Amino acid sequence: MELNRTSGLDGGADLGGHMFATIKNYFAHLLEVPEAVSPARYRSLRRLMTVLMVAVSVTPLLLLSVISHVQYMRTLERELESPVYALARKSQAALELYLGERVSTVSFLAHAYTFKDLLDERTLNRVFLALKSEYQGFVDMGLVDADGQQVGYVGPYKLKGVDYAGKPWLRDTEIKGRYLSNAILGYRGYPHLVVAVHRLEENGVSWTLRVATDTLRIQQVVSTVGPEHDTDVFLVDTEGVLQTDSNLFGKALEKLPMDLPPASHETVVRRITDPKGRQLMVASCTLAGTDFMLLAVKPTEDAIRPWLALRTELLLVLCGGIALIFMVSNLLMQQLINRLQASDERRVAVFAQMEHNQKLSSIGRLAAGVAHEVNNPLAVIYEKAGLAQDLLSMGKVCGDGKDKERLCALLEGIESTVERARGITHRLLGFARRMEANRQALHIEEVISETLGFLEREAKNRGVKLEAELPPNLPEIVSDRGQLQQVFLNIVGNALDALAGGEGSTQTPQGEERFVKIRCQSQNGQMLVSVQDNGKGMSPEVLRHIFEPFYSTKKDKGTGLGMFITYGIVRKLGGEIHVQSEEGRGSTISITLPLTPPDVAVEV
Amino acid sequence: MSLRILLADDEKEFVDTLAERLSLRGFAPYVVYDGISALQAATPEKPDVVVLDLFMPGLSGDEVLRRLKVLYPDLPVILLTGHEAVDDNGTNPVAQAFACLTKPLSFNVFLETLQAAVREGKECSATGGKS
Repeated sequence: MELNRTSGLDGGADLGGHMFATIKNYFAHLLEVPEAVSPARYRSLRRLMTVLMVAVSVTPLLLLSVISHVQYMRTLERELESPVYALARKSQAALELYLGERVSTVSFLAHAYTFKDLLDERTLNRVFLALKSEYQGFVDMGLVDADGQQVGYVGPYKLKGVDYAGKPWLRDTEIKGRYLSNAILGYRGYPHLVVAVHRLEENGVSWTLRVATDTLRIQQVVSTVGPEHDTDVFLVDTEGVLQTDSNLFGKALEKLPMDLPPASHETVVRRITDPKGRQLMVASCTLAGTDFMLLAVKPTEDAIRPWLALRTELLLVLCGGIALIFMVSNLLMQQLINRLQASDERRVAVFAQMEHNQKLSSIGRLAAGVAHEVNNPLAVIYEKAGLAQDLLSMGKVCGDGKDKERLCALLEGIESTVERARGITHRLLGFARRMEANRQALHIEEVISETLGFLEREAKNRGVKLEAELPPNLPEIVSDRGQLQQVFLNIVGNALDALAGGEGSTQTPQGEERFVKIRCQSQNGQMLVSVQDNGKGMSPEVLRHIFEPFYSTKKDKGTGLGMFITYGIVRKLGGEIHVQSEEGRGSTISITLPLTPPDVAVEV
Repeated sequence: MSLRILLADDEKEFVDTLAERLSLRGFAPYVVYDGISALQAATPEKPDVVVLDLFMPGLSGDEVLRRLKVLYPDLPVILLTGHEAVDDNGTNPVAQAFACLTKPLSFNVFLETLQAAVREGKECSATGGKS
């Protein structure tokens, strides 16, 4: 048994540890810095955070509310209970005393006098009068013999000679010796109690003394204590018949309209709902020596009402509070997570840009190295061809004139090809050199023409016309040559790509000539450059995402970073970039650049 | 014209061909293939013009240039280079040189530059002027 228990504990601890580790892992996973940035992840993070925050705020609030509610109710109950309880006990004591005294008095008489004594009407009268004068409430007195005949009677009613033989009360009295009846109407017409005492004398005479007492006194005892506490105090018998008047339930001798609580001499307080639906606080106890039950009844409605009002208000506040917590948490988390998301995205994008820049500069260095390497052999070829030409032209070579001419032409061919190669390497070197960021006053038309020079061959291959509208007297602009080149390369390159498909044909589906046109214009201290193409254009959906990193409409090639980096460069140069496009008609990209950039100091 | 032309370049094929072309036109260039040799050749007698490749093994072109300028402050030096990296940096070699030409050379441009350099050199020594 013990073994099982410890292993159970261990198992439990293991399970707990395992769960804890799982939870910790889950959180760590969510909170760690991501490599990829996906909106779904942030949505779930936000939801989780909101839920957590709400839970942490609301749970103590609820707990507090519940606990205070419970405590308050308990206190209230006690507050309501104690007066009723006290009242019941007090009344119980008073009534037990009173009723006990009543019975004792009669018992005393029955033992003080003999049957023969009381048979004498004058004695009976005398005794009765003495009784009545000393003790309030006794109404009549009757002497009942062994056969049940009332042989002596004193009182306001004509009851002498009534036959009580066989009556249950008489039998009870003869058996128990004493008897206290329930409230009866009897022959009188209003509630009375009958006290009867049976006496068996030594000489064998058996007789019963029967005294009626009214319930006024009882009613008084019961009624005085109640009203000041709004409590209804009354007596009932075992059948539930009222023995005294009740404010709530009716007059004496009517039936209590609800079930009696269980009998106990010890006062017990209960909450009961009566048939009319009223909430009642009921203290009940039996009266010793009788069949009566004392009930002290207090309706709780009035006492409860202020609490109910308070409770409704508190509930409203609680609900309001929870709603507020929820809204605020939601809002806060939304802001926070959005900020987090933006920050993560920016970080990822910056890294990508850095990587891209790195790549570009190493490409630049590579290109420079290659070009330099290539220039040397080119120089050799060029000189040798030149020398050969010199030898030919200076007549150092003999041969046929036609052969010489032919040779000359060949050499010229070599020279011109080398010149072409030189152009290429020069361009390449120029481009590579300008990788370093460097602001200076420059002519933007030069940069544009250079860039177009790079792309001329490609454009021709694709059957696209490259046009430039560069007005002659453009002002100088202070900017970074290399970066501008990057920007124009990217944009014009994209335009060429947009015109792709249908290699060899020079016409768009609309039958127009395919072109990419760069326009340049100076206006209000700004330089405007626009690149227009009549390619396939972009949908509004694409336009919305065009400057986002990693967004590309080219399936295989392209990093999706071109426009993102272009946007960054333009902004850093103090300019703006706008895209207009219509699907199927073409796109226009417009860049505005200030003639002098806003904040960075100009390096010359 | 007995001009003393000194050609220094580690690319043998290139500089030999260049020298031959010059000699076809009546010049008598003196050819070396590295920086040290260039200094050695220039030391005994001052050349009229030096054509120097910037990137040579051993003593690099700009070092040779510096020393030449120390030796002969108004000696015109034409720098040859396979790439343009130096031409707008304003680094010292370029400032001290008479001209900077990129390879592959246009021979006519080269000849003109040569003659201009010689003229300047002669003027400088005559007036005893600038570096």
